[in-house]
Amino acid sequence: MANLRIRDLVKTYDKTQVLHSINLDIDDGEFVVLVGPSGCGKSTTLRLVAGLEEVSNGTIEIAGRVVNNLEPKDRDIAMVFQNYAIYPHMTVRKNIGFGLRSSKASKAEKDKRLESVAELLGMTEYLDRKPSQLSGGQRQRVAIGRAMVRDPAVFLFDEPLSNLDAQLRTQMRLEIKKLHQRVGSTIVFVTHDQVEAMTMADRIVIMKDGDIHQIGTPAEVYHKPANIFVAQFIGAPSMNMIPGRVTGDGTIELATGGGLAFERSLPEGREIILGIRPEDLHPGQASGVIEGSVNVREPLGHETLIYVGTSNGDVIAKADGRTPPEIGETVQLGADPENLHIFDAATGEALA
Amino acid sequence: MATAEDLQVKPKADVLLQTGPSRPPRNMGQIIRFLLLFAGGILMVMPIAFMISTSLKWPHEVYNLNFIPDEPTIENYIYVLEDGRFYWWFLNSLIIAVITTICSVIFDSLVGYTLCKFRFPGRYIVFIAILSTLMIPTEMLVIPWYLMSQQFGWLDTYWGIMFPGLMTAFGTFLMKQFFETVPDDFIEAARIDGLNELQIWWTVAMPLVRPALAALAIFVFLGNWTAFIWPLIVTNSVEMYTLPVGLSSFGDEADVAWELIMTGAAISTIPTLIVFLIFQRFIIRGVVMAGLKG
Ligand SMILES: Nc1ncnc2c1ncn2[C@@H]1O[C@H](COP(=O)(O)OP(=O)(O)OP(=O)(O)O)[C@@H](O)[C@H]1O
Ligand SMILES: [Mg+2]
Repeated sequence: MANLRIRDLVKTYDKTQVLHSINLDIDDGEFVVLVGPSGCGKSTTLRLVAGLEEVSNGTIEIAGRVVNNLEPKDRDIAMVFQNYAIYPHMTVRKNIGFGLRSSKASKAEKDKRLESVAELLGMTEYLDRKPSQLSGGQRQRVAIGRAMVRDPAVFLFDEPLSNLDAQLRTQMRLEIKKLHQRVGSTIVFVTHDQVEAMTMADRIVIMKDGDIHQIGTPAEVYHKPANIFVAQFIGAPSMNMIPGRVTGDGTIELATGGGLAFERSLPEGREIILGIRPEDLHPGQASGVIEGSVNVREPLGHETLIYVGTSNGDVIAKADGRTPPEIGETVQLGADPENLHIFDAATGEALA
Repeated sequence: MATAEDLQVKPKADVLLQTGPSRPPRNMGQIIRFLLLFAGGILMVMPIAFMISTSLKWPHEVYNLNFIPDEPTIENYIYVLEDGRFYWWFLNSLIIAVITTICSVIFDSLVGYTLCKFRFPGRYIVFIAILSTLMIPTEMLVIPWYLMSQQFGWLDTYWGIMFPGLMTAFGTFLMKQFFETVPDDFIEAARIDGLNELQIWWTVAMPLVRPALAALAIFVFLGNWTAFIWPLIVTNSVEMYTLPVGLSSFGDEADVAWELIMTGAAISTIPTLIVFLIFQRFIIRGVVMAGLKG
């Protein structure tokens, strides 16, 4: 177990820079999830930490030791791949034991270690099977087992659940989380699924186009997004964004019409974007800030999503599951001032 | 060796032809396909049938092109098997074919793996250079090979017979293509688990391309077992002859002893059958995919 420090990490392929000076500190035993859209450099970051790619600039430290020039095997890490990468020609026992090949422990010790990992993962009865005789979830467990036997300082997971069906994914998500609580090792987990990120992480790192946009606990990135990208990336359906402008008396005039008193003082004339999550926006309040007619209803059971047409396009809000407004009905949407997010229109950064 | 498969096609075609009248042909294309395969099968089997037929004839009957010998005899087999030279040649061929097969399977897959999985400057040029040797026929190469062997004193030695075949361009190409099917994840996972590159090649990559290795082994073995021109040129002494060279020397200049040549040839197909039976077991598809996805 160990901490991981990434300093000014740059990765360049040929002439294209795919990571621009990444900085990240991960504490011992922390579960950190890297999340972001496809191509944002999550895998690249992970592969640089693993030593599968060469660092173009910057340093990577594991347990206080710069590992830039160490071979993957000398970095005290283990990696679980999206495609599992378990060997089809070897039994489960061989596959899990593969991680111990280079260990100097005695045969008996290795066997003991292997047995205990298999037990932890509930794979004891499958030890003599070949991967082709296992289900997807079991294969993934073998891949995790192979990483675990080595008892590495840092675990690296690259979208390990994306090949599983939805139900199994939820189950494995929980299992990995439990596993982390039991073994307490440092984990860096890559996914592009924000639900996975929110449910598993101690801290989430949100990346886009080779930059980190925000690092924070799930609550922080949800309630205090640093910019428009983060605000829209986290949460589903994503946050409504309504352009507006600060008027003389400190209120905000929205593009959808209507004004809004805002506690924090902002310079007059400033162009802003108001962000409101659908779950914070409800119909029926007289003091509504947005008015429009219901275009579409999406019943989810306990609540109903309504798409309300405004002069700035549709705004999504959450209505009651039992008595949602009718289609065509004009509704007033209102939100608690605490749940409003204000972003600078030019930079997209959150304003205090 | 395709004959074994073609023979299996024949009964199928027969069945179809027999049931033809009672059942209206559902598909003309299918019938044509069977007929073509049937014809192909016959074409393949004919020379072998003639070889066996000739080996059972007396010398005076050899030029009668009848299939069934008038007076079948196993005299030829007795003659060939009692001739001590035959065993020498058989052994020479076996040693050469086995060593060449092992070497080229190892070297071709090493080079193929390197060209496939490593990025290094000049990789493409090396690959093209290897491929381009495929375009030069053996007949053109034997002269430089001969001059080289002469210089190094390799004439009339096993090494002299074997060296041109220890690595093949075709095999390198074949293995490179097959290693493309081995996902990089497997290799990277092994690298993280602490294997060195040679170990990764041997314990991870090689088992995953076993079908290709088996196919390559069959090809190389057959190629060397039946090789004629180069062994003929590089050997001088009768004891160094390989089987095809030795067999062709049966008889004298005026009168080629076809019945003996065919007898030797018939016997010499036995090892090729064995090799085929051993290796085709490994040609099982879908080995690679089982380690991936759900
Ligand atoms: N070997 C390579 N050569 C050139 N460019 C590469 C290479 N590998 C990755 N890239 C580029 O680097 C960028 C980041 O890729 P990366 O694989 O890290 O994305 P990712 O965040 O993992 O995306 P995904 O969610 O699709 O897996 C992409 O634009 C990709 O095209
Ligand atoms: Mg990726």
